[in-house]
Amino acid sequence: MTDLLKSYRFREERQSDWQKLDLILTKAENNGVRNLSDEQMLALPRLYRQAVSSLSVARSISLDQNVINYLESLCTRAYFFVYGARTTLGERMMQFLRRDWPAAVSSSLLATVLSALFFFGGAMLAFFLCLQDMDWFWTFNGHSFFDGRNPDATVEYLRGTIYTDPSDHGDGQLSAFSSFLFNNNAQIALFAFALGFAFGIPTAWLLVYNGVMIGSMYAVFWDKGLGYEFTGWLMIHGVTELSAIVLAGAAGFIIGGAVAFPGGHTRLASARLAGQRAATIAMGCVLMLIIAAILEGFGRQLINSDEIRYAVAGGTLVFWLVYFYVPRKAPSA
Amino acid sequence: MSAKPPVPLRRPGLSMEAAVQRRARMAEEMRLAKMTRRLVTPEGAAIQLKLASASERAGAFLIDVAIQWAIVIATLLGLGAIASAMSNGGANFAFAFWMVFFFFVRNFYYIFFEIGQRAATPGKRILGLRVAARDGGRLTANSVLARNFIREIEIGLPFQFALMGGDQFGAWMALFGLLWSGVFLLFPVFNKDKMRVGDLIAGTWVIRAPKAKLMDDITSAAARPETASRFAFTQVQTDAYGIHELHVLEDVLRQSTQEIKAQVAARIRTKIGWTPIVGETDLAFLEAYYAALRRRLEQRMLLGDRKTDKYDSR
Repeated sequence: MTDLLKSYRFREERQSDWQKLDLILTKAENNGVRNLSDEQMLALPRLYRQAVSSLSVARSISLDQNVINYLESLCTRAYFFVYGARTTLGERMMQFLRRDWPAAVSSSLLATVLSALFFFGGAMLAFFLCLQDMDWFWTFNGHSFFDGRNPDATVEYLRGTIYTDPSDHGDGQLSAFSSFLFNNNAQIALFAFALGFAFGIPTAWLLVYNGVMIGSMYAVFWDKGLGYEFTGWLMIHGVTELSAIVLAGAAGFIIGGAVAFPGGHTRLASARLAGQRAATIAMGCVLMLIIAAILEGFGRQLINSDEIRYAVAGGTLVFWLVYFYVPRKAPSA
Repeated sequence: MSAKPPVPLRRPGLSMEAAVQRRARMAEEMRLAKMTRRLVTPEGAAIQLKLASASERAGAFLIDVAIQWAIVIATLLGLGAIASAMSNGGANFAFAFWMVFFFFVRNFYYIFFEIGQRAATPGKRILGLRVAARDGGRLTANSVLARNFIREIEIGLPFQFALMGGDQFGAWMALFGLLWSGVFLLFPVFNKDKMRVGDLIAGTWVIRAPKAKLMDDITSAAARPETASRFAFTQVQTDAYGIHELHVLEDVLRQSTQEIKAQVAARIRTKIGWTPIVGETDLAFLEAYYAALRRRLEQRMLLGDRKTDKYDSR
């Protein structure tokens, strides 16, 4: 019929293809890419390109709002689908563990060293101050802290906190305790990361504060001649946990540094580049803290021999260093 | 909408009320244009992305928080029922499980959904929003992690400061902290891309991507031979209105009630001086006029002449 509008004829000729694309997208969005048939997968790029060109033509010839809105929405959805990520969650996790995480950590050496300086600096400061004068302990920690593990406690009591009497614990208590610690530590780690945005200053404070707590507690045990035993008690999971906290701090400093000193990039671009790397490290910290919580909740309470504790601590240290810093082959694909 | 030629707001013969309305409409269009970003696809076609407003973002977030709480409470009740049937050790174990579960719901709920194909949490889906990379590239898992880990300082920090009390010094510290962290919370309100701090770090933004439905073309009804021959509008009559009025008429035809259609039909008849044909219904008249008006305006548009609205008298 000659009397039809040009824009209407245009739409009549193409709308079945638009609707085909719509159907494929809806199916993919609801049930995942895997449920698309081969024909649908093959048709998708052609239908997508056609919809995109329809949109630009429709904008210049049609005044039908509905058609233009429909095409805008269809093309946006199709664009994100066609150019979106196609990997599955499992593949992404494997890539994270095999490449992304160690690469992000090993390329952030400077921030890691800085973070370690703040943390262990805080710990050393508190340790030596407390050894000189135990009053510092109260200054740092206030009263009623650490379950009675303070300078007033007896050697026997402190020794008792390091070793667990095998008949002493209910089976579920350990897991409850370790999950509580995990929750707490992981939240602090994410905090240290997020606070990096404020130029890293709150991150530094958080690191020093946590270092001071460890250092002053160390001094209490050292003072009572329990340094060797306490190290085993702390480090069996501490190697993993403290590394995680140091790395979380490093993630914060990466962001803080990128926002404060963007270098040749714009501040936005610099924040974005650093943010991706820092988030990878922070995600890894959560994993490390899960491992630390398992070591803490089970390993520490069940293993009461100093030698085995030291062996586990040394083993985890070697494992993390090798995992993060030993260079690996470039991916072939 | 592409750039329009500037049209003076006051014209002779334009009533005060109409001028005010028109100005408000143009301000609204300007506001919408400010929220629109152009994305040029690798094929060279432009797609208009509409940014989600801060209030839509907040709405989606509230829905998500409600869902998170529902999950956490439901799990707590479920575990409580299981644990009460078991020994003390079992209760402890259930509590341990719940603590870890709580952490993951709190921090990984958003990540889990945004890493998926739709790049949107249930709250965002309900409001038709999704996360997208600012540079138009693909949304990486790292970006999703970054934008959600940052949430800790945007929501968690103000919350903690608000709950912090204590002595006078502590209260002042809390107030200061609240103001400081409030900057992060209100960040999306104060930048033109409506980004959270997390979006800024991750290189993302949140756009509106509602599903639209393709409806029938209104002119298909008017093109039937028996209607087409009955309504013959002159060129003067089809030049009475512009694109804005055409779009309003489309909305009226697609979604308004019978009474509104009758009112609109009456106004158009008066404006163009149309004498009703015997047996003509309001709907048939409106559809026929819509078709005629669109034909005329599309013709003019092809020749590079966009008549913006009825006051645009070129």
